[in-house]
Amino acid sequence: AFCAEEERRVRANDREYNERFQYASNCIMTSKYNIITFLPVNLFEQFQEVANTYFLFLLILQLIPQISSLSWFTTIVPLALVLSITAVKDATDDYFRHRSDNQVNNRRSQVLMRGSLQNEKWMNVRVGDIIKLENNQFVAADLLLLSSSEPHGLCYTSRPPIDYVCFRVMFFFLCEGEVVCEPPNNKLDRFRGTLYWRDKKYTLTNQNMLLRGCVLRNTESCFGLVIFAGPDTKLMQNSGRTKFKRTSIDRLMNTLVRWIFGFLVCMGVILALGNAVWEREVGSLFQRYLPWEPPVDNFLFSAFFSFWSYVIILNTVVPISLYVSVEVIRLGHSYFINWDQKMFCSLCSTAAEARTTTLNEELGQVEYVFSDKTGTLTQNIMSFNKCSINGQTYGKVLIHDSESTLDFTQFNPLADPDFSFYDEKLLEAVKVGDSHTHEFFRLLSLCHTVMSEEKSEGELLYKAQSPDEGALVTAARNFGFVFRSRTPRTITTTEMGRTVTYSLLAILDFNNIRKRMSVIVRNPEGKIRLYCKGADTVLLERLHPSNQELMAVTSDHLNDYAADGLRTLALAYKDLSEDDWEEWSESHSNAEKSTDYREDRLASAYEQIEQEMMLLGATAIEDKLQEGVPETIAVLSLANIKIWVLTGDKQETAVNIGYSCKMLTDDMTEVFIISGHTVHSVRQELRSACSSFYILRSFREMSLTSSFCQAHALEADMEVEFVSTACACKAVICCRVTPLQKAQVVELIKKHKKAVTLAIGDGANDVCMIKSAHIGVGISGQEGIQAVLASDYSFSQFRFLQRLLLVHGRWSYLRMCRFLCYFFYKNFAFTMVHFWFGFFCGFSAQTVYDQYFITLYNIVYTSLPVLAMGIFDQDVPDQRSLEYPKLYEPGQLNLLFNKKEFFICIAQGIYTSLVLFFVPYAVLSDATQSTGVPLADYQTFAVTTATALVIVVSVQIALDTGFWTIFNHVFVWGSLGTYFTIMIALNSQTVFRIFPNQFHFVGSSQNTLMQPVVWLTIALATAICIVPVLAFRFLKLDLRPQLSDTVRKTHQWCFKTYRTVKAVPRTGLPQTLTLSRRSGYAFAHQEGFGELITSGKNMRLSSLALASFASRHSTSWIETLRRKKNTPTPPSTENASHCNHTKIVMEHDN
Amino acid sequence: MGKDDTRAGPLVRRPDNSAFKQQRLPAWSPMLTASTVLPFFYLTALICMLLGVLLLLTVQSTQEIKVDYTEAGTCNICLQKRKNVTNGALPCSCTVVFSVEKAFRGNVFFYYGLRNFHQNLRRYMDSRDDAQTVGRAGNLKNPSTYCEPFRKDKNGLPIAPCGAVANSIFNDSFSLVYHGSTGGFVPVPLLRNGVTWYTDKNIKFRNPQKENLTLAQVFEGTAPPPYWQKPAYALDPSDSTNNGFINDDLIVWMREAAFPNFKKLYGVLFRANKPFTKGLPVGNYSIHINYNFPVQHFQGRKEVVLTTLTWFGGQNHFLAIAYLVTSSVTLLIAVGLTVVWWKFGRNGKNMEK
Repeated sequence: AFCAEEERRVRANDREYNERFQYASNCIMTSKYNIITFLPVNLFEQFQEVANTYFLFLLILQLIPQISSLSWFTTIVPLALVLSITAVKDATDDYFRHRSDNQVNNRRSQVLMRGSLQNEKWMNVRVGDIIKLENNQFVAADLLLLSSSEPHGLCYTSRPPIDYVCFRVMFFFLCEGEVVCEPPNNKLDRFRGTLYWRDKKYTLTNQNMLLRGCVLRNTESCFGLVIFAGPDTKLMQNSGRTKFKRTSIDRLMNTLVRWIFGFLVCMGVILALGNAVWEREVGSLFQRYLPWEPPVDNFLFSAFFSFWSYVIILNTVVPISLYVSVEVIRLGHSYFINWDQKMFCSLCSTAAEARTTTLNEELGQVEYVFSDKTGTLTQNIMSFNKCSINGQTYGKVLIHDSESTLDFTQFNPLADPDFSFYDEKLLEAVKVGDSHTHEFFRLLSLCHTVMSEEKSEGELLYKAQSPDEGALVTAARNFGFVFRSRTPRTITTTEMGRTVTYSLLAILDFNNIRKRMSVIVRNPEGKIRLYCKGADTVLLERLHPSNQELMAVTSDHLNDYAADGLRTLALAYKDLSEDDWEEWSESHSNAEKSTDYREDRLASAYEQIEQEMMLLGATAIEDKLQEGVPETIAVLSLANIKIWVLTGDKQETAVNIGYSCKMLTDDMTEVFIISGHTVHSVRQELRSACSSFYILRSFREMSLTSSFCQAHALEADMEVEFVSTACACKAVICCRVTPLQKAQVVELIKKHKKAVTLAIGDGANDVCMIKSAHIGVGISGQEGIQAVLASDYSFSQFRFLQRLLLVHGRWSYLRMCRFLCYFFYKNFAFTMVHFWFGFFCGFSAQTVYDQYFITLYNIVYTSLPVLAMGIFDQDVPDQRSLEYPKLYEPGQLNLLFNKKEFFICIAQGIYTSLVLFFVPYAVLSDATQSTGVPLADYQTFAVTTATALVIVVSVQIALDTGFWTIFNHVFVWGSLGTYFTIMIALNSQTVFRIFPNQFHFVGSSQNTLMQPVVWLTIALATAICIVPVLAFRFLKLDLRPQLSDTVRKTHQWCFKTYRTVKAVPRTGLPQTLTLSRRSGYAFAHQEGFGELITSGKNMRLSSLALASFASRHSTSWIETLRRKKNTPTPPSTENASHCNHTKIVMEHDN
Repeated sequence: MGKDDTRAGPLVRRPDNSAFKQQRLPAWSPMLTASTVLPFFYLTALICMLLGVLLLLTVQSTQEIKVDYTEAGTCNICLQKRKNVTNGALPCSCTVVFSVEKAFRGNVFFYYGLRNFHQNLRRYMDSRDDAQTVGRAGNLKNPSTYCEPFRKDKNGLPIAPCGAVANSIFNDSFSLVYHGSTGGFVPVPLLRNGVTWYTDKNIKFRNPQKENLTLAQVFEGTAPPPYWQKPAYALDPSDSTNNGFINDDLIVWMREAAFPNFKKLYGVLFRANKPFTKGLPVGNYSIHINYNFPVQHFQGRKEVVLTTLTWFGGQNHFLAIAYLVTSSVTLLIAVGLTVVWWKFGRNGKNMEK
């Protein structure tokens, strides 16, 4: 019964049958503890931490009376405090998990039971149930899609693995069918199963599945059969243990703690040796007064014990509160990120969220940012921005928000209110009835593969395969040429208020080689016309010679558009006579029927008719960038952060976006495109790029690799070359990369550059990359929540990245570094005093301080001021760090806390401990009270040293604190006050009367602190400790000021003069830079959709089509490629010398 | 998961605009500038200088005499005698003579000092029972285990006061005699009380009380520490309130010294009668010592210290000199910093980068 599930058998609506297999129910449990198991499990987990185990070990040592140099509570109190703080944090986390589990488990869904729909809680849903889902509902479990309300049985979701996927419907599923499929696994893109129904077998694939965690979109309702439930679902299988990320500071800290352990052992050995010598020379003689304790019978044995005793009293160099303090500080920083109003997007009502609380300071050290394009840099919204009709250009780029958009509602009741356009001349031209303009928009309304849905009269909803097409059809709609509906053979439009039905004769579908698509329609008058839209390069070559003049004008316009970073398309038409059509139709249907070389034949048939066309004009579509993207990229690159764009998009699209978001500029002299498809050619290209780079010595290149070259470049032997070339470049764009390759690129940089990497993305295809980068940032946009779930930080706009890095990251890093420096310093200053005292007390492991002081020093007297500094400190205000991005550099170079800084802190701590021991020693050993009583007694010495220590470290924290908020004041002064209060309370006669053996310091604080000599001693020690530090800092500030000091100083000097970084203009390049033309057919478009439309219900074909249609990000586009590769390609007229697998034709007009 | 589509206004989830949450708390951000640091250095140097001079002058006005009597004068005999453990209980007294060249003015304090005696060993310091010495009846008869091996004597009787500290009490006694200018010997009167902290005498050390019983009766059933010649309740035959745990010498001894070389207060000059009303006059003095405490085991030294005091205690040159040194070093640093600042860093020259 416990053997692994080999295959899963499910019968619809047959609970009895299904229950025999004991499949997991749909109840999920992500929480770790319940009330009973919390304490043991949590403690067990906590003691797996090395630090906690170490302190437990110390505690056990302290229970051995021969060794115990400190009371047991000096360790147990801090340990208990640390454990309980962590336990409280874990408990709260788990409470929220419980709550979210409950919430999810109690969601309702409609389950088909006994012939009727019943509302059931999610947790009661079982494998084999049939569920009805409605629009915008979460999918409750992994479902096999049975039926959908949509035409062609499509079903749309925002689906985590592959966003915006349509699903093919299975036919209606009757109850006697049985599904046999693979056992639960975590592969999101794979599903294998078979449906047995009435002795027939049907293959089920991933295309038929609706996965838990998706939301149903644009689909009224659908039915599904539960295949995997609860913990077996792909989502839950994927949300398993994520790799625990550690920051570089963490790693450094662990190394340092290990060193400190070593140091501790060394000191223990030195003191134990000292003890051996002392016991032999002096102690043996002193035995008359203090005989050795029973097990000890010689000095070596005594030294052995002394070693362990010193390990106990010197353990405070490894501060128990370090880790918990670091956690508290990071938690504070995370809250500041969550609370930041400037990272709140009011449009989508999402605040930034630090989902991981352990990485904050790493945000201040980022060197490489890997960004997804769609949805991250761009909004994935296309807007029809400009057009050129018959040599006349329309539309202007929005410069001022105040400019009003055209109002279409009066002119056209079917207009889409969300559409905006800024040139009334075009509307005039339409109204006047300019035939070119009409034909232009007619083309846009006919030549596409958009589906429409009309819920009620006039309420049109377009379902476009690519947003470009949607934008074009919507534009036509607003200018009076409304696409209403289509059947496989007709297209119905409303032209200027008049309903017209065209019969659709053929769709000459788009593909990557053709870079254009055409439709052939017959209008009601019976005239046949071919409408074509496509990449200008392709289309302009196929025009009728009479178009020469118009072509020149349009070409200029196209250049202008491209210079603005717009995506361009050229439009043309061709009248066909009945004979032409008949003739072509025959050759086309021959080609269609042929079995071998079908695609080639089709292509040449298309080629044959798409000739001698008449140019209509051109369109320019803006791939809308997210708000503030160019500015953010500019600021980040000023901060020396290298930005790489990794996208599944095609090269042209990616380059286009690279230009429009100012990643690439026209002054980047050399643009390398690495696009070889064999190992050899990629190597060649990388090398030539490399060498020319060295010759040019210009750091302005951009290298661009695409797909297979990518794959080759990532192969082991080429890694180094790829990294060295790519890192020399100012900007790198990788196109056509699969999710896995994205992760590989990130890993590559992590491995070879030892730099901190940050990956930012919004879709499920970015999950790998987000998980493998040091820091993963998820954009919580429209594309589901998978990226956010995998991320460490999430927010809704790319531009918040600059604030996250330059403000929060920088501050976190600064604070953490200052905190660590001070923390190590204060513990060394505190502990090393014991070491010096060892030489005076016969190495007997006598402590200098009262045991209560030792207990409370780290957790009460000195914890809060440094915590306040670690949480609140700021060197420069936030707007300065955005204005001076260079301020970010110390973090990247790891300047503020490294091994050198650590040794400086340690040296300072040891110096302080020397002063703190020897100054009181020298003064007190000879001094007396004014009553004549000597001050050289142990308790006076202990109180004096402890007070001096607390004062010195308080002065030091006051020096270190650069930003005195009310909290810093309260904590610094409060800690001093607390110290005196607690000390006086512990030395009071009341507690002594109750526990005389525990509080034997009775009266010593009063007696000591009344003495002027003691205060003079403390003042002297403080001065000796602080003066060199102050001098050193002043010198450093004066001779080698950091940029932050300069900024701070200038900020203080000229308080009101604001220097603002020149804002990067949002649109439009300088006019002089129009030399590079970057037009291109930038469809986010795959072929096959036209075939789906014309073939109606041919399911086999449509599923094939959908496979490639859905492939924008998914790995299945590889399969498409593979399919293409295997078919011989027709000779291309272009210089298709680059990647032949994608047949991208590149153009560079320089 | 777990995100509900409850949309209630776009700003519902907007973080508060509080200064705390937005990290805009009003704050003071001080900077190390020449105008604050340099004056601070000069001021520090000045203050240290003044304090140093004041302390030096004060220290100059005190007087101190140290007499190492370990084997001085006739004490050599006693030292040899004590070397032999069997003679440990035999009385031995000796005399050391010294002279005062300059009269001691004001109160004169009499200390005994020990060298190389480690009262600061961990196990030594732990070997006491404060609950016993504060007079708890239970601990009197059943001392804390910390007192091992001086918890019970050979007969199993509890030791009072128990522990290594009490056992090793310094038990030499002194009497000081002035060789008067007229040739007569005048005993110098010493006040033996008031040599402890008030808190020790009145709070930390109390005698166990039982109704209607004398101290000796209360201590019945206990044994004195092995090295003691007298039981605790009979330490001071002259003053019945100075017996038991509240004996001044015991309390002084029980306040352990932090370092191996230390001195403890023995008595204060009683200045009621001539010729000691103004202090110690010039002349020769002799100390008569009941030489009991053996130091040769641990290569220790014993001494007697006579000193006068000022407002901040006894003669203490270190503090004064340390202040003067600190002052001059700070001054040097300050001058150095000023030069550097003047040459390189003035007007933020380096800041301009």
